[in-house]
Amino acid sequence: MNLEVDQIIWFILLGILFTGYAILDGFDLGVGMLHVFVQDDTDRRLLINSIGPIWDGNEVWLVTGGGAMFAAFPYVYATLFSGFYLIFMALLAALIFRAVSIEFRSKLLSTRWRSMWDWAFAVSSLIATVLLGAFVGNLAVGLPLNAKGDYIGGLWHLVGPYPLLVSLTTVALFTMHGSIYLALRTEGDLQSKVAEWVHRTTTFFIITAVTTALVTLVYYPRLTRAFRHSPGFFVFPILLMLAVANVPREIARNKFRRAFISSCLSIVFLLVVLSIGLFPDLVYAPNHPDWSLSIFNSSSTLKTLNIMLIAAIIGIPVVLTYTIYIYWVFRDKVRLGSHSY
Amino acid sequence: MNAVFLSRLQFGLTISFHYIFPPLSIGLGLMMVIMEALHLKTGKAVYAQMLRFWTGIFALTFGLGVATGIVMEFEFGTNWANYSRFVGDVFGGPLAMEGIFAFFLESGFLAILLFGHDKVGKWLHFFSTVMVFLGSAFSAVWITVANSWMQTPRGFKLVYKHGQPVAAHVTNFAQVVFNPSSIDRLTHTFVGALLSGAFLVLSVSAFYLLRRRHEDCARRCIKIALVVAMGTSLLQLLTGDFNARMIARYQPAKLAAFEGHFKADAPAGMSIMGWVDTKAQKVYGLRIPGMLSWLLYWNPKHPVIGLDHFKPADRPPVNPVFQSYHIMVAMGMAMIGLALLGCFFWWRDSLWRQRWLLWAFVFSAIAPLIANEAGWFSAEVGRQPWIVYGILKTSQGVSPHLAAGEVLASIIMFSFIYLLLGALFVFLLTRKILAGPPPVSDAPVADGQGKLTDAVLQPNARLSA
Ligand code: HDD
Ligand code: HEM
Ligand code: HEM
Repeated sequence: MNLEVDQIIWFILLGILFTGYAILDGFDLGVGMLHVFVQDDTDRRLLINSIGPIWDGNEVWLVTGGGAMFAAFPYVYATLFSGFYLIFMALLAALIFRAVSIEFRSKLLSTRWRSMWDWAFAVSSLIATVLLGAFVGNLAVGLPLNAKGDYIGGLWHLVGPYPLLVSLTTVALFTMHGSIYLALRTEGDLQSKVAEWVHRTTTFFIITAVTTALVTLVYYPRLTRAFRHSPGFFVFPILLMLAVANVPREIARNKFRRAFISSCLSIVFLLVVLSIGLFPDLVYAPNHPDWSLSIFNSSSTLKTLNIMLIAAIIGIPVVLTYTIYIYWVFRDKVRLGSHSY
Repeated sequence: MNAVFLSRLQFGLTISFHYIFPPLSIGLGLMMVIMEALHLKTGKAVYAQMLRFWTGIFALTFGLGVATGIVMEFEFGTNWANYSRFVGDVFGGPLAMEGIFAFFLESGFLAILLFGHDKVGKWLHFFSTVMVFLGSAFSAVWITVANSWMQTPRGFKLVYKHGQPVAAHVTNFAQVVFNPSSIDRLTHTFVGALLSGAFLVLSVSAFYLLRRRHEDCARRCIKIALVVAMGTSLLQLLTGDFNARMIARYQPAKLAAFEGHFKADAPAGMSIMGWVDTKAQKVYGLRIPGMLSWLLYWNPKHPVIGLDHFKPADRPPVNPVFQSYHIMVAMGMAMIGLALLGCFFWWRDSLWRQRWLLWAFVFSAIAPLIANEAGWFSAEVGRQPWIVYGILKTSQGVSPHLAAGEVLASIIMFSFIYLLLGALFVFLLTRKILAGPPPVSDAPVADGQGKLTDAVLQPNARLSA
């Protein structure tokens, strides 16, 4: 196979890994942010246990995405993570707290202890979501680089209005996605309560998403370049809009499963649109576009890409098979048992 | 304090903390596989009881392993950007493979192991336990392969720009994976992990016996753990010996530092313990002359390459490497001794009366942890000043635009978080141990157990994980 084809395949595979991450960890970050909005301990446990068995597997998508980026585009891996240093350290701290608060909360019976870890879980989920959004926002607008590909902008450069807007949109997206997931997995009064959240978060998401789209169109024409060149790509933003619009429609008819599928599809199309906008750059350098890190100048060698491709072809179907099986095992409405958190 | 020093400090700190947990998870994984197999074979409730108990502890070590592992995956990019650019073509592969082949496997089946008791049949549950164990073993495989390549790089070519090497590119992936040190180091780290699990089970069970609690369960646990401990501790001596021979061939400066051997081409002695005076090039302490030569070449007169062979700038810090290496070996010997004594009294049928030995078992759980940390410390500090042996210096690998202040900030943050996590880990582990295994009855537990209201009604009710 030739190098360019492999580079494009790996761009797509990375896209798939991060989309998988956004869909899966998206709902459990959403559940994390929302669960403190019920007061009763049993209700909170129900919400937490709806993600109890699977959140760890969801996070592995991020870890594997990181590893795959290291293997396929090492220059991007090096630039991004050293450039985002402090932001990334904060993200790691948030992910650590998320992992341990769900683990620790039910270990003691004290109400104080539990509510402390519940808040730790909620706040760290919120921070992680905001930072992930800021990441995507910064990627979309690009980072000032030097000729060697090092980020030269400093910390405050990363905190612009556009990344903040994307952060807000991400919070909206994940809370919407998470509340729909909860509606699927709960029953009775709790479900009615959750269904209310779905309405509010969906409205919140639609407002922020439309704002982001308008701001992008006006201020960041680079991201829409590909669409102007090949209007065929417009099918994706249109699908995105349909998927988003379908969410409230299904909710109104109490079809939570379909609503959930729609919100998964929204995430897919959102990331497809973003990828088309970025392609072929992974890190765009607005100060000097020639210094951008594109998939063509920052990848590993053909040999490594091929070896990794073989690993992916063997590994991904196996992973998908047992992941689906495990979701299927835990498909029922959540109930608390002796093993619950 | 510059960014290089601070990044090294941070890497050492975060990986050392991470490395407390995976060996425990891997080791407990094996113990759980054995317990569940015994349960399936005999149908005795006591095995289900111990399985439950150890699964709870496993969940704790696993959770912390995950929380601290995510940091490791990205630290190469954050702090070692130039290193990542230089070796990404080679080193990224094993890291990505770890995700695809190991982490998905263990985290996926962990869901069934922890929460699937009443959702899947008992054979499927057993299968999940085995998969979690295998997954954690695979993650050790890939990460050790990645690290071994840094120790003894093979299967690549250097790419030059303006006469300077700028990257290592894979030429032969099989050689990258099966580089000269990977098999030896892999077996050794893996056995080290199994030792951690065996000695933890031994320690907790001995404690129950001394307190006359859960005695049936504890005796059976001790027997399982002693068998594993005996086998693995002897095996560890063997694989350790293989490693020393391998190091003698491929990283002579490191081996010389292990034993404080300075003279370029003389027979080398071996210390039981000692102190290296680097300036005077002398080792004080208990030393057996010619012993290292004899161990490596079966000949006490055979010369061994010494530190004088290397420019001072190319030598690792000698005394720290010497000390950590000797601590590891001492711990290994101590574990062999404990396992032998245990088996001896078991054979004499008087093990349960040797309270002094049971007390020694209680404290033994710390030995494999220390040995594991000390072993890595020897391996990594002994590799200095290289980050990739003979190819890239550690000082060249750091992220170029990283400010010392930023690294200092993250070190402070990690120290704070890890102290907190460490304290909580010890606290919750102690609580779980004091609470003991759940009652023997195999009756299904009522729905909703562990609700706050239950606790008010029955003050003794305890939550399960
Ligand atoms: C329970 C753990 C444990 C125990 C009892 C021992 N070791 Fe070890 N040792 C390790 C755990 C370990 C380790 C943590 O797994 C290391 C660190 C890096 C590696 O590959 O394995 C290691 C490294 C390591 C190395 C250096 C490998 C390198 O630098 O690449 C040598 C030469 C030995 N060991 C030799 C021994 C000997 C002669 C022992 C005598 C009993 C011994 N070890 C006991
Ligand atoms: C297997 C995967 C591992 C990899 C790929 C790895 C890689 C590295 C890297 C990149 C550094 C920083 C550069 C340097 O100072 O050399 C380092 C240093 C270090 N590592 Fe490892 N490491 C691994 C495992 C471990 C483990 C498990 C431990 C200990 C428990 C450990 C202990 C240390 C220490 C103490 C240092 C600091 C050494 C010094 O700077 O003098 N490493 N390692
Ligand atoms: C620098 C080196 C290392 C990196 C980059 C790394 C990375 C990671 C990551 C990302 C996780 C979390 C996975 C998840 O979310 O499920 C993890 C957990 C784990 N790591 Fe590490 N790790 C390193 C060193 C090691 C070493 C040396 C070993 C074993 C020899 C090891 C064995 C494990 C295991 C078994 C787990 C699963 C969690 C557990 O069992 O506690 N890791 N590691």
